Amino acid sequence: MTTSFRLPDLGEGVHEAEILAIPVTSGQKVVEGQIILEIETDKAAVEIPSPVTGIVGDILVTVGAMAVVGEVLMTFQTSAGQGTAAQDATPPSAAKSQSPGDAQQPVPASPSTRRLARELDVDLRAVTPSGSGGIVTKEDVEAHARQKHMAPPPPATAAPLVPARQAAEPAPTGLPDFSKWGPVERRPFRSIRRATATQMTASWTRIPHVNCQDSVDITRLEAFRQKHKAELTAAGGRLTMTVFAMKAVATALKTYPSFNASLDLGAQEIIVKNYFHIGIATDSENGLLVPVIRDVDRKSIKELAIEVDAAITRVRSGKYSREELQGGTFTITNAGALGGHHFSAIINYPEVAILGLGQGRMQPVVVTAAGGKHEIVPRLMMPIVLCFDHRVVDGADAIRFLKLVMNALEDPDELLITMT
Amino acid sequence: MVMGDMEMSTDLLVIGGGPGGYGAAFRAVDLGLDVILVEQRQRLGGLCLHAGCIPAKTLLHLTQLLDETRRAKKMGLHFGEPEIDLAALRNWQQQVITSMADNLTNLGKRRGVLVLRGRARFSGAGAVRLEGAEISGIKFKQAIIATGSRPRLLPGLVLSPGGRIMDSTAALALTEIPKTLLVVGGGYVGLELGSIYASLGSRVTLMEKQDRLLAKADADLVAPLQARLAEQFAATHLATRVEGLEETEAGVTVRYTQGGKTTEQPAEHVLLTIGRIPNSDDLGLEHTGVSLDSRGFIKIDDQLRTTDARIFAAGDVTGGVMLAHKATRQGRIAAEVIGGKKVGFDVRAIPAVVYTEPQIAWCGLTEEGARRENIPHAVQRYLLQDSGRTMNGFTKLLSHPADGRILGVGLVGGDAEGFIGEAALAIEMGALAEDLALVLHPYPTMAEGQ
Repeated sequence: MTTSFRLPDLGEGVHEAEILAIPVTSGQKVVEGQIILEIETDKAAVEIPSPVTGIVGDILVTVGAMAVVGEVLMTFQTSAGQGTAAQDATPPSAAKSQSPGDAQQPVPASPSTRRLARELDVDLRAVTPSGSGGIVTKEDVEAHARQKHMAPPPPATAAPLVPARQAAEPAPTGLPDFSKWGPVERRPFRSIRRATATQMTASWTRIPHVNCQDSVDITRLEAFRQKHKAELTAAGGRLTMTVFAMKAVATALKTYPSFNASLDLGAQEIIVKNYFHIGIATDSENGLLVPVIRDVDRKSIKELAIEVDAAITRVRSGKYSREELQGGTFTITNAGALGGHHFSAIINYPEVAILGLGQGRMQPVVVTAAGGKHEIVPRLMMPIVLCFDHRVVDGADAIRFLKLVMNALEDPDELLITMT
Repeated sequence: MVMGDMEMSTDLLVIGGGPGGYGAAFRAVDLGLDVILVEQRQRLGGLCLHAGCIPAKTLLHLTQLLDETRRAKKMGLHFGEPEIDLAALRNWQQQVITSMADNLTNLGKRRGVLVLRGRARFSGAGAVRLEGAEISGIKFKQAIIATGSRPRLLPGLVLSPGGRIMDSTAALALTEIPKTLLVVGGGYVGLELGSIYASLGSRVTLMEKQDRLLAKADADLVAPLQARLAEQFAATHLATRVEGLEETEAGVTVRYTQGGKTTEQPAEHVLLTIGRIPNSDDLGLEHTGVSLDSRGFIKIDDQLRTTDARIFAAGDVTGGVMLAHKATRQGRIAAEVIGGKKVGFDVRAIPAVVYTEPQIAWCGLTEEGARRENIPHAVQRYLLQDSGRTMNGFTKLLSHPADGRILGVGLVGGDAEGFIGEAALAIEMGALAEDLALVLHPYPTMAEGQ
């Protein structure tokens, strides 16, 4: 029999995915679990295993195409005797709590409700039913359609995902014909690039940003880092300035919880999170990605050095899951490795603050000795910036927060004593 | 201008005036489209009205009355021997057809559907040529093919009018009541028509190539009917494949295979009901982008679109369940899609009724279908108490084991036709088995048994 493979529901808020690769061809035999598609959603690349053992029939998508959830991507011929009876094959990973055969059980809804859903372009499977025993009512469909058209603000805790095709920017009006002045190339604005644009626009237009700039003397911390670097490399990690900063930030977040929050305008509430999941802005071939390290406050420097390195490696090789990019409460961006000095950062909405680190450079620093004598000495100075949401926190708290982080970074002993 | 060269043009051309075609045309006009309907017959109604459900139902009503009076005898009510006036019967049947056809014609006229008599064949992109019409051709923006189906015959067999081999159309014309009649094919047409002739006095023998009757219905629903037919028919031969029929002066020579052996046997009259084939072969579809499946049915999607952007199709010619009510709905949906409405054919329970005695009806999922497709299901059976008859039927409810949602209903019993609508409503509304149980049904009626 023929089964159709549809793009499965990939999780909260993901409506579409780009087809990155199709490693199978029509007529090819596949076994259950074999990778049949590589797709990329707004922030994660996913390999899709075959839900059946059989022969690939029609492939209805092409590489580079955008597919929406529920769309038939390919068909399979399976022999009926194999017991793969579901007409609508769903991959095991997306099967959730569905019992076999659920995929083909239609959504319970009356004929007039179904007609309305079609008119309003509402997928009945996406509607939350309110009727008894899971019946989708006319009101449910109407409510869903209203919601869809209102483009709700992204959920406060998950990584924000505005439906990608709702352009982040206002419609571009009349770009000139650039080819008049020289050769141009048109590149697709998709996937991670587009998600980044959406995210940045959301952040920049929603949040009144304020920057707190300073320089922190990391001469002693760098010496400490050099001393322990080799031993952590041996343990399979990488001891970077980011790892120290994470620890310092976790302490500061505990001291000033308003920085570990999100603003819920709808409910007129500030949501303070009692967990400390820190995102690490990571440059990858595919663009900017922010893997999240969970419960930073409960992990040692050594554990973090190993975990951060592993996360960055996964992100850079494209082998990460969507979940790894979600749930952050604060973000650190370290431009130092690339040579960046002073810069400003954009808050990773719906978080309320972000810490930026620049490159540490030897600088002449005036120090005052015990006797009140000024002296110019070379010190390793690192630019540091805290950008915050002025709706949620004020400048004074931001300076206190930043000072706490700086003190920890200036003095490894301080860091070790204060760190939580 | 010579009449034969006259061409017309229209928004929507509907080919076929049966339930699919008139359903489409009426709806399209209601939506403000300019519609021409081309029909071969003199009047609207198609095979259903002129040589199908309606004449059959008219006769079934009378023969069932006849059977009731015979049964009543056992209960102490005597009517005497009935007299069958064949000419009057035919006349009554014709009256019913005429009145319904007139009604359809009036409905069309009142709406302003232009009905042309003739035969349409596609001649190119957006055009048909007409044969036997006052107009030579029609240019259209969109077309709906609703040309229906016709009885399937054995390969090489040609029926002669008034001959001893009949198809369903000839059988419904009721020219005579033969002493003996061989019915070939145990589908619903063969069983209904066989029952009619048996009630009117023919000795009916049935041959069916499969090892059961009514292959589309669950076997347990068919069993009570099979038991009843065993009394009504002279013989029922299952697993018997008729290979050839040859009409001779004296009768018909029937060649059939049974248990691997091929034998010949004479028959007086033969009724051939071995299925239906789509009327898609003589439509000039080679001039369109319409594609057919391996059995000649037009391929459509759930909006009734064919593979040609201008052309839609509805009814029997698209295959699947070949029933008038489905065709009409498909026609209406096709018209609405053409009229710019966002709709689709998403019926979940197409009720089917076999008007035998006892009647069999079902809709939604069948138990055998559920097993074949490996769809999880729970089955409940309820006896239908029928005080008026000697035979008891039953209702069968298929529900999802997880949530109790009703997936399918089957009925066998006196008036299954009266209940199947309720079952269809339950499935379409997403009712649970419990909902049906909690609905009060009047007592004492058969419905109470549900």
